[in-house]
Amino acid sequence: MRFGFTEEQDELRRSVRRVLDDAGGVAAARRVMLAGGNHDTATWQRLARDLGLAGLVVPERHGGAGLGWVEVIAVMEELGRALACVPFLSSSVLSTAAILAAGSDDQQQQILPPLARGDVTAALAWLEIGGDPDPATITTTARPAPGGHVLLDGKKRFVIDGASADLLLVVARAPGTTGTDGLGLYEVPGGASGLRRHRLPTMDATRALAEVVLADVRVPETSRLGGDATGWPTIARALERGQVALAAEQVGAAQRCLDLGIEYAQVRHQFGRPIGSFQAIQHSLAELFVMVESARSAAYYAGWAAEHADPDEATETTACAAAFCADACFHVAAETIQVHGGIGFTWEHDAHLYFKRARAGRTVLGSPSFHREQLARRLGLGVDPDETTAPEAV
Amino acid sequence: MQLRFSAEDEAFRAEVRRWLDERLHGDYRHLRGRGGPGREHEMVEERRAWERVLGEAGWIGLGWPAAAGGKGAPLLRQVIFHEEYARARAPGRLGHIGEYLLAPTIAALGTRAQQEKFLPPIARGEQLWCQGYSEPGAGSDLAGVTTRAELVGHTRRVTGQKIWTSHAHLADWCFVLCRTSASPAAKRHEGLSYLLVPMRQDGITVRPIRQLTGTAEFCEVFFDGARTPEDHVIGAVGQGWKVAMATLSFERGASTLGQQIGFAAELDAIIHAARHNGADRDPQLRQRIADAWIGLRVMRWNALRVLGHGEGGELPREALGSKLSWSTWHRRLGELAMDVLGAEAEIIAAAPYALTPLQETFLFSRADTIYAGSSEIQKNIIAARALGLPRGPT
Ligand SMILES: Cc1cc2nc3c(=O)[nH]c(=O)nc-3n(C[C@H](O)[C@H](O)[C@H](O)COP(=O)(O)OP(=O)(O)OC[C@H]3O[C@@H](n4cnc5c(N)ncnc54)[C@H](O)[C@@H]3O)c2cc1C
Repeated sequence: MRFGFTEEQDELRRSVRRVLDDAGGVAAARRVMLAGGNHDTATWQRLARDLGLAGLVVPERHGGAGLGWVEVIAVMEELGRALACVPFLSSSVLSTAAILAAGSDDQQQQILPPLARGDVTAALAWLEIGGDPDPATITTTARPAPGGHVLLDGKKRFVIDGASADLLLVVARAPGTTGTDGLGLYEVPGGASGLRRHRLPTMDATRALAEVVLADVRVPETSRLGGDATGWPTIARALERGQVALAAEQVGAAQRCLDLGIEYAQVRHQFGRPIGSFQAIQHSLAELFVMVESARSAAYYAGWAAEHADPDEATETTACAAAFCADACFHVAAETIQVHGGIGFTWEHDAHLYFKRARAGRTVLGSPSFHREQLARRLGLGVDPDETTAPEAV
Repeated sequence: MQLRFSAEDEAFRAEVRRWLDERLHGDYRHLRGRGGPGREHEMVEERRAWERVLGEAGWIGLGWPAAAGGKGAPLLRQVIFHEEYARARAPGRLGHIGEYLLAPTIAALGTRAQQEKFLPPIARGEQLWCQGYSEPGAGSDLAGVTTRAELVGHTRRVTGQKIWTSHAHLADWCFVLCRTSASPAAKRHEGLSYLLVPMRQDGITVRPIRQLTGTAEFCEVFFDGARTPEDHVIGAVGQGWKVAMATLSFERGASTLGQQIGFAAELDAIIHAARHNGADRDPQLRQRIADAWIGLRVMRWNALRVLGHGEGGELPREALGSKLSWSTWHRRLGELAMDVLGAEAEIIAAAPYALTPLQETFLFSRADTIYAGSSEIQKNIIAARALGLPRGPT
């Protein structure tokens, strides 16, 4: 047993940090925010191409680095630390995982190489109005049309990097189906006719969310990833990968907040002494430390499990990490503002950027209470009889 | 115990209500719900005019003693006014710092000449004030202020810097806690004076500071030889600490009850949102909403109990918890609002950064536990003053 990273994994982490530090760390996110942009394109190019992040988990035969989810954890932690505005989570994690899980070999061979090269990006269009992660609430339809086509119709919201992606992976259901039945994943080119999308104005301005409207968008039947055989369980598997990655991002962000707090507690003097000498501040920071370290253990374990444990354990550990890390990150970021006093309440200080990212992270891939509910069901706790989604057996 | 308002009080309530309704459904209806924390940038000129309307009708200075030109209205009447004011969604007050902090201080500790000079323009709603206490080096540790006021002839010349000064960019005057004589480090509470300084003069530069809400409601204020007549000191020269503390003690809970009406409106908005989006079926959110309701009730009863002690004299022990209670409650309410709204909580009213009212509650409430004595300082005060525990190393 070895609960730690290999030398190569550590080197990857250091390289990512170097690139992000070169770009100015959080200052890069501020530049993107100020310009109203989606990404820090230059930094993404360096990460995607020079370090191979775009294809990190893409198998070598499809042009990727062929690495795994433990590497993703290390990378996401660094991206979280800098609040990096890059499409790694949306394209290289969520979309790539979906294509790997759902796509036929042909489809993988066709879609993955340009993604892995960083030539194009993809986004997973999953949530709809209200952002309820329950798949039963998905109303976007995929209607068969003459000539071997499918018409996609509906509205997606909260699509991470959905306005800038070259390729959208749209979750839609066969007409007349309910619950998790009839759900499939469709590849839609960004320029498809009938497709309209725009960036949503959000409280956390460091991650671009989009609304995507599909008005009878016509795609060939073959754009359904994995054909009829692939349904919700496969999509859910890809989402789990994203949730693990997000948990790691939250660990990185929380650690940075804690670092800011510890540093400030030592330099800020009141009553003739560092505020870090007051037990109120010491206890607060001590609690945050325990929280961050626990979150880290959870995210690392879940990262390992995503790759090496059986699917059932992976699902369970993902739900644990997703709920725990989202809560921890929010609490740590909130306390960071408190420890900084008035300065922590300013736009100029970075604390609010982390706080807002932490807030957004509570809903972008399911809320902590959603994840806890998934666990409760796995634990055999009863559910409302008229719930549409039946609990999975443990 | 008699826990109802008297018939006379209710008649007064009806009068206040009628007056407010006539205006806020008439000529001033565009001001309803404008201004207040997080929204101070809204309709500033119109709200200035509104202050004069309040003044003309005699609503400003209700609680000031008659001897100082006030109405000497009993606390319950003040409570009623605050409650009705909030219930009518009358605009956020621009004059509250002058009316509720400075004026009672002048009424209690100022000379007759000072009362005659400063109170009438406040009562007429003509002069806006700001509070110049905090400095970059003196926040929680207020006695650490270093801004100096030297006597040159019959004029005080003020030099130094204040920070986080709310409304400084709008105010006509500032009450400044500053040093008027050098005193040894061990006697930091001595040698301070409480000085009234006109804001519109060459020696003062005001620079608004952007808050994490995106708006700028507080400022840096630079004093570079700013002038004020020597007789604009409240209390004796060198007694500034006592006067500054007195200012902080005039809050007897009357406005707290009005503030709670505002809180109730926020909670209503959350309940409304929950009914609308189905969050009301989530057992956990239902509990949290009910808990917020309970918290609000308990705060009200606590405030009424404090009021029961009447005016003057030492504040009862239970009053010392009020700030900690409401600020903690309000922060949690903001978090609840976001969790009720779910993913939609992220979407702001308009780009680049116009927030919705509940987002303002969420973000602005982070300051509630920082200003007017942070939560940590509140707990120190409670431990020392309410519980009589030995003081910590401050
Ligand atoms: C929205 C807003 C409006 C404001 N308006 C005004 C205004 O109009 N006029 C004005 O003068 N000021 C104003 N302030 C300033 C406010 O009063 C100060 O921010 C506050 O006193 C804290 O001081 P600080 O920011 O310097 O933080 P610090 O005092 O540096 O505190 C940093 C952290 O250390 C903790 N700490 C400090 N001392 C102790 C201790 N002894 N024991 C335990 N913990 C401690 C604090 O609780 C905090 O968590 C405003 C602040 C805000 C946020």
